[in-house]
Amino acid sequence: MTTDTAFIRNEFVPAKPAPGRTDGPIVWLRKNLFATPTDAVLTILGILFLLWAIPPLYNFIVGHAVFPGGTVEECRAEGAGACWAYIAARFNFFIYGFYPIDQYWRPNIVFALGAALILPLLVPSAPFKRINAALFFVVFPLVSFYLLNGGVFGLRQVPTEQWGGLMVTLIIALVGIICSIPLGILLALGRQSNLPIIKTLCVMFIELWRAVPLITVLFMASIMLPLFMPTGTNVDKLLRALVGVTLFSSAYLAETVRGGLQALPRGQYEAGASLGLGYWQRTYFIILPQAIKHVIPGIVNNFIALFKDTSLVSIVGIFDLLNTVQAASSDINWASPTQAVTGYVFAGFMFWIFCFAMSRYSLWMERRLDTGHKR
Amino acid sequence: MSQMSETTAETPTRHSGMQISKTDVAIDVIGMHKWYGDFHVLRDINLRVMRGERIVIAGPSGSGKSTLIRCVNRLEEHQEGQIIVNGTELTADLKRIDEVRREVGMVFQHFNLFPHLTILQNLTLAPIWVRGIPKAEAEATAMHYLERVKIPEQANKFPGQLSGGQQQRVAIARSLCMQPRIMLFDEPTSALDPEMVKEVLEVMISLAEEGMTMICVTHEMGFARQVANRVIFMDQGQIVEQNDPDNFFSNPQHERTKLFLSQILH
Amino acid sequence: MAVQDNMGARAPRASLLNDPVIRGIVYQVLVAGAVVAFISWIVLNTAQNLAAQNKTTGFDFLFRTAGFDISFTLFPWSRTSLYWEAFLAGLLNTLLVAAIGIFFATLLGFTLGIARLSSNWLIARVATVYIETIRNLPLLLQLFFWYFAVLKAMPAVRQSFELPLDIFINQRGLMVPRPMPDHEFTWVLVAIGFSVIATIAVGIWATRVRTATGRYPSAVVLASKVADAIVSFLVALLAFTLLGNMISGVSGAVIFGAAILVAILSVTRLAPFSRAAVAFVFGLTILYALLTAMFPDVPPLLVAAGSALAGLAMAWISFERTAERPPSEGRFPLPLLVLIAVGIPAFVYWATGAQLAFEVPVLERFNFRGGVQLPPELVALVFGLTVYTAAFIGENVRGGIRAVSHGQTEAAQSLGLKEGDRLRLVIIPQAMRVIVPPLTSQYLNLTKNSSLGAAIGYPELVNVFTGTTLNQTGKAIEVIALTMAVYLTFSLLTSAFMNWYNGRVALVER
Repeated sequence: MTTDTAFIRNEFVPAKPAPGRTDGPIVWLRKNLFATPTDAVLTILGILFLLWAIPPLYNFIVGHAVFPGGTVEECRAEGAGACWAYIAARFNFFIYGFYPIDQYWRPNIVFALGAALILPLLVPSAPFKRINAALFFVVFPLVSFYLLNGGVFGLRQVPTEQWGGLMVTLIIALVGIICSIPLGILLALGRQSNLPIIKTLCVMFIELWRAVPLITVLFMASIMLPLFMPTGTNVDKLLRALVGVTLFSSAYLAETVRGGLQALPRGQYEAGASLGLGYWQRTYFIILPQAIKHVIPGIVNNFIALFKDTSLVSIVGIFDLLNTVQAASSDINWASPTQAVTGYVFAGFMFWIFCFAMSRYSLWMERRLDTGHKR
Repeated sequence: MSQMSETTAETPTRHSGMQISKTDVAIDVIGMHKWYGDFHVLRDINLRVMRGERIVIAGPSGSGKSTLIRCVNRLEEHQEGQIIVNGTELTADLKRIDEVRREVGMVFQHFNLFPHLTILQNLTLAPIWVRGIPKAEAEATAMHYLERVKIPEQANKFPGQLSGGQQQRVAIARSLCMQPRIMLFDEPTSALDPEMVKEVLEVMISLAEEGMTMICVTHEMGFARQVANRVIFMDQGQIVEQNDPDNFFSNPQHERTKLFLSQILH
Repeated sequence: MAVQDNMGARAPRASLLNDPVIRGIVYQVLVAGAVVAFISWIVLNTAQNLAAQNKTTGFDFLFRTAGFDISFTLFPWSRTSLYWEAFLAGLLNTLLVAAIGIFFATLLGFTLGIARLSSNWLIARVATVYIETIRNLPLLLQLFFWYFAVLKAMPAVRQSFELPLDIFINQRGLMVPRPMPDHEFTWVLVAIGFSVIATIAVGIWATRVRTATGRYPSAVVLASKVADAIVSFLVALLAFTLLGNMISGVSGAVIFGAAILVAILSVTRLAPFSRAAVAFVFGLTILYALLTAMFPDVPPLLVAAGSALAGLAMAWISFERTAERPPSEGRFPLPLLVLIAVGIPAFVYWATGAQLAFEVPVLERFNFRGGVQLPPELVALVFGLTVYTAAFIGENVRGGIRAVSHGQTEAAQSLGLKEGDRLRLVIIPQAMRVIVPPLTSQYLNLTKNSSLGAAIGYPELVNVFTGTTLNQTGKAIEVIALTMAVYLTFSLLTSAFMNWYNGRVALVER
């Protein structure tokens, strides 16, 4: 037949380098910044924008800034940048609020204890998960409360009106998430239930809280909660905010958990049932462990939103981090043109560090869970 | 695959070389090299496809088969050598690329049907917007090709409602609606269940019998025996051996080809 | 649970308590009883508390005189207005901020989402930094920043910053010109309405004919050529006028003549050259103006040289784009549509002799007179909500575009579809299905977040109603219930829309 089509390669063509350079800065620039004329124009505009925006920003934050140890006069000088000296001077206020200075060791212990308990909890390979979780979610809040509030073991009582700053921000966020996790799980289970009354109640609860802004929830908690209680009951202001934040956040958490429940293959429910497990046994041993594991990134994202939302409690008069910064910005002793901006930059930086770290953690977990799924 | 080797015996129509033109070159690849960054994926490819030829490209995964045919309609660009399709050399010039793509149909491993459009809309989209064919005429053509691939009754369904084999047949019909002079198949049956492979191969065989110029990257060796007039074996980015199917399967020359065939045929 | 609890019951000893149906009923009765008991306890307590404070309940307070001031309302407000009017004023202010915010956040968000996917490393990186910074900062902090640190730090009225178009910015907010339409201007408004309908109708008709016959209607093609020339002329006139302003001493006649030349060339085969020339002039003049404003210290000659370089790049882009364009017979008649949309109202404006004067804000001894004064609270709130929400919308847009697999682009390419058609017919319709649902909930979030305006004193619903009205009347339950009802309505409307949309566009699967 057509033998002229026959071809056999006797010598392998060895790999040779690509024509022209394939790496190095020039190639990188051409590929990523100047690939087409449109790209080139965009790049030039982008560089111009950065040239315009970055030097003043740098000068404000570092270049012309007044660092700790500086004086208010330096901050008031023409063209001075951020007044970090002011932040340093009021730092304790931003962290502890009006907490008595000689009692700072108490929040410090709480901070240290919290960090020591939460870090191993975040590392998936760390041992003793159950004990660790029990310590963090049950023991730690109780210990912290008695330590911060005092009134026992000879500790001086420090009423919650004196709590403030980053401490309160963290307390609200942590209490919010710790209390809303069980509540959220129950609501999610209820919403998935085939018992009509329970399902309706859960749907109504979840949708109501998700529909309204947190600020109205906080108003409601701070104004209406005292009305709901028996006459003469005095509900602590911080506690009111905590109740509002928890209810609000549990509705969002319920929706996240529901996503995890729905993502579980039906076979898991059937397998559990076929083993003769009752509803609660099935849920506790089979369904929840898998569903929760899947929605950890979602829960962390909820936590980020909650953490940012804690700043709203300043509207009902609680001295969280943002409110202490806001209050300190009218401190006459440090009055300078950049006082307010410096305060906001500082508060922003604190919030950003926490939120960014959490969002990276959630991304990391997501990738980890993804690969675990494929294998 | 086993079903195909059975059909091979009863259809003596293969190598109907009479349809192959001796002078009309459909695709000419001359000394072509391609790199992904520093990785030399295609090395010194020389391939002349005459009008009416049916070529099967085989080879282990990662040997550059798909990359080669993707270069032919410039879904990938080459860095050295020439690719001339229907007399038009492929360069960075968008007009030439458009010209080539209009005349070259492509069928993908994962069908790539447009999920938001009905089957009929999938088929008429390009004729209307690329060729400027009136809608009614485009729809008539589309129905004609749907009948050819034996699923006219699915015209108003969406791709998601069809089985894999049906989707792939729709994808073939979609390419045919542009009335291409060359068809490229990139592992068209690899993503299909075994019982659906046959229905897709039947469509491809009937296309071949009509004299369509085609290049198929496939592992279906039964198909290669039956319709190809040339089989190309690639490894490490180069053409290692090429022959008519009879000689290719019965008398492979290169060690690499022998090894590959012994693994894939048994 | 999704699965009936019928496995747990052991058949031989099935007591009533192990029957899943009965068990379910018992559970529900218990829960419902507990909820009812809890609610009655709350109601009882509340009634006692209210009685102890000598308070009554009911919505009759809505018809009493409010007697307080609202700094910014969309309808005339006085101290004698009633509480329900205060409610309405707050609601309208909420809707106003939401509408403006949604508009700008959508623009900025889509830009960011597309920028983050850009193959240009710098652009993608700038967008990423923006999104990662803004998303991780509390909105309230951002609002405080814009309001207290930026707008309140603006110069006093006497030293107002002057922006283009007679807009001024100072401590008291943004002063913008107030449009003062005269009587004949009504006709222009009618013409605008008409031209919008006409534009859409012509567009749809042209596309229908194009689909049905394979070519655009010949009348449209011809009109399109004329329109092309006219639009080219106007664009060129604008470009050359800008150039004339930059290098003074060019006579009007020369500018006019050059623009005419461009218009004539634009319908010939030399169109790429004329367009490139106009693109060069635009690149040069706009960048020159921008650069001199941004870097006042750089010598003008250097700036001019840089701008000229950028102008050349723009000319190159324009040349390549125009050269690749199909002939006008095969092109969507965009210039014609622009001409209809803008031309008809412009003609009516000229023919009826209507006047649209602008009352420009003028600085007098202590304050501005005339114009519209947008309060700083509104400006800060819109700005903050836009910047914040755009970061989230950007992520949704990015996700939506990435959800369309690359195979779709390749399939469209291999069918010979050009880039514009690929986007219009294949990519955008699929991306929008993914983008619209989260986009809608971002709109809802923005509306809910506008309640933070209360913290910087913008008189929206929560501020006016849940704040001032509640304080004055003490009707906590009624006021909070009404406020929540408003937001609940927004939320229900949004989810109704989403259900409808999802049902309409859901991909049909087996």
